[in-house]
Amino acid sequence: MSAEAAEVSRPSRRGTLYRGDPGMWSWVAHRITGVLTFFFLFAHVLDTALVRVSPQAYNEIIETYKTPLVNLMEVGLVGAVLYHALNGVRVMLVDFWAKGPRYQRQMLWGILVVWLLVMLPGAYFMLVRTVTEMFGGS
Amino acid sequence: MMTLALDKPRSPRRPAARRNNWELASWVFMRVSGVALLVLVLGHLLIMNILDGGVHRINWGFVAGRWSSPFWQFWDLAMLWLAEIHGGNGLRTIINDYARKDATRFWLKVVLYVSMVLILALGTFVIFTFDPNFDA
Repeated sequence: MSAEAAEVSRPSRRGTLYRGDPGMWSWVAHRITGVLTFFFLFAHVLDTALVRVSPQAYNEIIETYKTPLVNLMEVGLVGAVLYHALNGVRVMLVDFWAKGPRYQRQMLWGILVVWLLVMLPGAYFMLVRTVTEMFGGS
Repeated sequence: MMTLALDKPRSPRRPAARRNNWELASWVFMRVSGVALLVLVLGHLLIMNILDGGVHRINWGFVAGRWSSPFWQFWDLAMLWLAEIHGGNGLRTIINDYARKDATRFWLKVVLYVSMVLILALGTFVIFTFDPNFDA
């Protein structure tokens, strides 16, 4: 089939094309943040299980959570879970709210704004001690 | 071996591939557990990572203090079960989407289910048998 013929026979998909839409990227991000959280949960249950071994074993592993690099990953984890949670609410609104599908894009921008508004102070409180210890002297 | 055959015209329709509402139940579960996890997980993250010095104040004594309360034990138990099954079900969907060979799909799911059982059993055991008066 020539390119022209393909052009002619292609049905109009305006308004229904999902590929490349921000809606698709929200779905991609939902999957990635979900998988990351699942693997973290696996590790987190194992590290917390050390409370059953001995206080020393638990305190030792939890000390590694207080290092600058892991502290930064913590911010990433909270950000990933928060996105997953907010977008999950958006997915449910698309599913159950009659006007949800129409406003899916606006809701995406909405949750991204909420995400930013929570993460700015959140990241501050998670990182303030590490940053002070690294650069603040006292 | 699968045999290829054409049905005669007006022959009875093939039985539906889906004989029960398992996938519907899983879809509903993702939403119901998602709502519960909204409170359980975001509350947990707020308390553990953000309030009052965040992760820097967590140690064995901190955990012992929390798990001496049945409220937080129940909170963590509910969070563990809902999050593990919610996440496991999500990963099951992802495996179904991307595994191309039946054997790959099968073994990935075996690994997934074994890890879920391990984490649920271990986590539940730890919450129920934790002793805040551990003599070190």
